[in-house]
Amino acid sequence: MDPLNALVLLANFVIIPALAYGSQLALGALGITLIYGILRFSHFAHGDIMAFGTAMVIITTWVLQGAGISAGVLPTALLALPVGIAATIAYALAADRTVYRFYRKVRAKPMIFVMASLGVMFVTNGITRLIIGPGERRFDDGVRFVFTVRDFREWSGLAEGLALRSAQAITIVAALIAMALLFWFLARTRAGKSMRAYSDNEDLALLSGINPERVVIITWAIAATLMVLAGTLYGLDKSFRPFTYFQLLLPFFAAAILGGLGNPLGAVVGGYVVAFSEMGITYAWRRFFVHLLPEGWEPAGLMQLLPVDYKFAVTFGILVLVLIFRPTGIFRGRSL
Amino acid sequence: MTAHADSHVRPPDATGPEPVLIGENMTGGYGGADILHACTIAVEKGQIAVIVGPNGAGKSTAMKAVFGMLKLREGHVRLNGRDITALSPQARVAQGMAFVPQTANIFPSMSVEENLEMGAFLRTDDFSETMEQVFDLFPILREKRRQAAGELSGGQRQQVAVGRALMTRPDILMLDEPTAGVSPIVMDELFDRIVEVARTGISILMVEQNARQALAIADMGYVLVQGRNRYTDTGQALLADPDVRRSFLGG
Repeated sequence: MDPLNALVLLANFVIIPALAYGSQLALGALGITLIYGILRFSHFAHGDIMAFGTAMVIITTWVLQGAGISAGVLPTALLALPVGIAATIAYALAADRTVYRFYRKVRAKPMIFVMASLGVMFVTNGITRLIIGPGERRFDDGVRFVFTVRDFREWSGLAEGLALRSAQAITIVAALIAMALLFWFLARTRAGKSMRAYSDNEDLALLSGINPERVVIITWAIAATLMVLAGTLYGLDKSFRPFTYFQLLLPFFAAAILGGLGNPLGAVVGGYVVAFSEMGITYAWRRFFVHLLPEGWEPAGLMQLLPVDYKFAVTFGILVLVLIFRPTGIFRGRSL
Repeated sequence: MTAHADSHVRPPDATGPEPVLIGENMTGGYGGADILHACTIAVEKGQIAVIVGPNGAGKSTAMKAVFGMLKLREGHVRLNGRDITALSPQARVAQGMAFVPQTANIFPSMSVEENLEMGAFLRTDDFSETMEQVFDLFPILREKRRQAAGELSGGQRQQVAVGRALMTRPDILMLDEPTAGVSPIVMDELFDRIVEVARTGISILMVEQNARQALAIADMGYVLVQGRNRYTDTGQALLADPDVRRSFLGG
């Protein structure tokens, strides 16, 4: 029986990776939920615009690296973030001007908006591939580890090791800062309150003198910022590939719907729940139980509920269960 | 908000008592057949005007026409002597009109205080004094200022809705069936508050289903039938009129 080693093992293979992945999902789901709350449609182009924004960050990173500029121990991509965010905000606003604004004007049904966003998704998908290609790109530099498995073993004297990669630490910290800023913005500022008012009751917001086009612009700007941040952090933590980013749409929506569409706090909670479920269900728990159970009780099998390849099945399962049993989500957002 | 400050000044060339708000000879509908036929509704400064009538008489439509939510084929709407017929509802709010819809008249997920802040969205000056006045008028709202408006009772929500509308310091407050769906006790209390609002100099135009109670507090009553003015008189006179009583007040 060795609960400490069991805990360290769990932290290394489940808790820390899931916290990082959950932060990335939370940022993406926040964008989905904001767009749903304000513009009232499911934004299917989310993953691909995220890929576009990340591509912009990667290209800027290359330029900075070429010019010999770096952020020292931190990845250069962090310096490139503002450029990527500006480009993505411009892209999202251009998409709004050319596509969505027309459907707003004719007060189209949400399903038509969803189909339009599907079109934006395909176009964005093509643009991203034209710019940076369909292949995998790694763009992390700077120091790779905050501490390594060996550092931890020497420090603690435990049999199990624990590593914290810089990308994971940066992801968790950056996501927490971004979320804190967003919640402060929504709760305290005039613009943030006008967004919530518009989301709550569009007609009354109009009567109160809130300018809907302004609310829409702010929403796109925030959603685009969150997309680029989520995409860059995901790319640093894992790697960048346009198709992988498109696939993130599923956990994003699962997180947003699980938390309650239109509810920002729900999106954050949903992001972490989805991440921990994916990691927990596809992790081989054998060694954890070897540490925890008395000698001779070791499980014979791997104790893995599903192979890692099936992590999207976990997310899909969550999505289906939520839609059947609690369509408004944990925090009672709008149902689809 | 210079336009707002100016709007308190009666135009010097007005002959006779020009009402704060008048919708004159309004004819129109939501496209298709007309619902209103030469309907006239006017409200004097600091007075309460009530529109009553049977179901489908066009009561709410008349109020919406005054507020610009309905395109008029004929007729004019004047606010403080200025023709506002061509203005959008939002522009009319900026000119000093406030409207409380019958349903969906609050921001349910926002706190009571935030609801009032949103009411004052157009104001660039310090509105804390107005908020205090609203809290004085509806003390229960001060108590529940941090609570989400959607969690309040029906009567309290109506108070939030009226309070939100008052935040622009309007010249005229328009209420579409403010007592719909609230208990009789709450209804009496709401009417008391509405009288208090009128005493502060704000004119009130109200559509009411509870005709008897509404006419009792009304300075002026408009009985509409099929989009036309049938009876127009002071509230007391209408209550005393045997024809009105028989036809519209149940004897």
